[in-house]
Amino acid sequence: MIAQRINGVLRPVPTGFVYAAGLVPLALLVWQAATGGLGVDPVKAIEHRLGELALQFLVGVLAISPLRWWTGVNLIRFRRAIGLLSFFYVCLHLSVWLALDLQFRWAEIGADIAKRPYITLGMLAFVAMIPLAVTSTNGAIRRMGASAWTRLHRLTYLVAVLGALHFLLLVKAWPPEPIIYLGCVLFLLGLRAFRALRRGG
Amino acid sequence: MRKIGWSEVTPRADWLNRRQLMAAAGVIGLAGPAFARVEARPSRFSTDEKPNTFEEISNYNNFYEFGLDKADPARHAGALTVDPWSVEIAGLVERPGSYPLDDILKSVTLEERIYRLRCVEGWSMVVPWIGFELRELLERAGVRPAAKFVAFETLVRPEEMPGVRSRILDWPYREGLRLDEAMHPLTILATGLYGEEMPKQNGAPIRLVVPWKYGFKSIKSIVRISLVETMPATSWNMQNPREYGFYSNVNPAVDHPRWSQASERRIGSGFFAPRIETRLFNGYEEEVAHLYAGQDLKVDF
Repeated sequence: MIAQRINGVLRPVPTGFVYAAGLVPLALLVWQAATGGLGVDPVKAIEHRLGELALQFLVGVLAISPLRWWTGVNLIRFRRAIGLLSFFYVCLHLSVWLALDLQFRWAEIGADIAKRPYITLGMLAFVAMIPLAVTSTNGAIRRMGASAWTRLHRLTYLVAVLGALHFLLLVKAWPPEPIIYLGCVLFLLGLRAFRALRRGG
Repeated sequence: MRKIGWSEVTPRADWLNRRQLMAAAGVIGLAGPAFARVEARPSRFSTDEKPNTFEEISNYNNFYEFGLDKADPARHAGALTVDPWSVEIAGLVERPGSYPLDDILKSVTLEERIYRLRCVEGWSMVVPWIGFELRELLERAGVRPAAKFVAFETLVRPEEMPGVRSRILDWPYREGLRLDEAMHPLTILATGLYGEEMPKQNGAPIRLVVPWKYGFKSIKSIVRISLVETMPATSWNMQNPREYGFYSNVNPAVDHPRWSQASERRIGSGFFAPRIETRLFNGYEEEVAHLYAGQDLKVDF
């Protein structure tokens, strides 16, 4: 009942609205950066916030199917927008790391990617997102065929785990935030495994 | 334990005289900021690098007793009671006891020490501390020959420190130095910065500053100093011994297992300010390298 009403309310919402809404945090971040609202270390604040946004959109993408299975609320139509927003924020996050944090010191960047597990995992997640972003068009789905496309896009699961681990491995000690993100990702993947097992058995 | 008043130890005339000297230094412009409330002599150990602003220094703190975010200490430390305050000096000393802070301050020479501060996380600042050499206090307490290390503890007061509800570290926060490190003239107990009393989020009312080591060694809001025979347990080493050694000297050639220590970002120098090459012993090599002669800094990290 409630799910149907929500679906009814969402039906006329254009996906463009999701893109626009997804850029609001960026606008806010730019405004904070311009007005000195990011505290004493704005580079770190921007870098961290962009990564966090990418993870949040990624968790959002993973939540869409379980939400439909267990509540009937159908957000599938917005999934591509949410996924692409996640990729967009990952690109910005990576750019800030390269340009403002490491400042194109390629020797250090190369060493970090090769030697630092959290950066290696982050880069892997970024690379794995590229084919997903590139195939985020109706044309690509047609060309690939739905089942091949679906298989490819299961890479999202790997990306989400890598992204959450990337966060967890860069912090000192065991603060709650990265643990919560990893928990969300594992929970949402667990729901999929649970459903697959139940349907298979 | 016997309580010692410092006025018993230092003749009043001496410190009166010292104050007059400092006042004279102020007149000719040597004593730091013009409206300084805390008087302090300049020091030959100060760097001539440009200090970070008071705003930067007091709004970007790792002080997990008040929360994990860098801005948490500035938000939550206001509730901390720092007066009265005393430091218990215990262990292998001639005169153990509870030393009230105001008594400690009457007996020491406050200096302004403008030091580089390098955090293990890869950022740095320049801070105009006000403090005195730890050695002065240890000598007052009388270090016994058997003492080889100095152990420090931070206050734990859950009703004023919201962060200690989290088990992120095993409270109290603990740090330690080898005795020769503790007695080194660069090692200070700081009670102020920028001519002001120490902001609470920076470790009021009294904290350690060891400028050639990563910032976490410079323990804040100290309530206990013990002279001991064996290497004491220290908080970050207890939390992750593979990543945080007892020495934790700043060293660009010894990376943190998860990130590089080759360079650092100087806080407050703008979006496009270049990274700085991290220097061995944070640039204090000339002063402290001899302390580690014969030690493999990769092993004793």
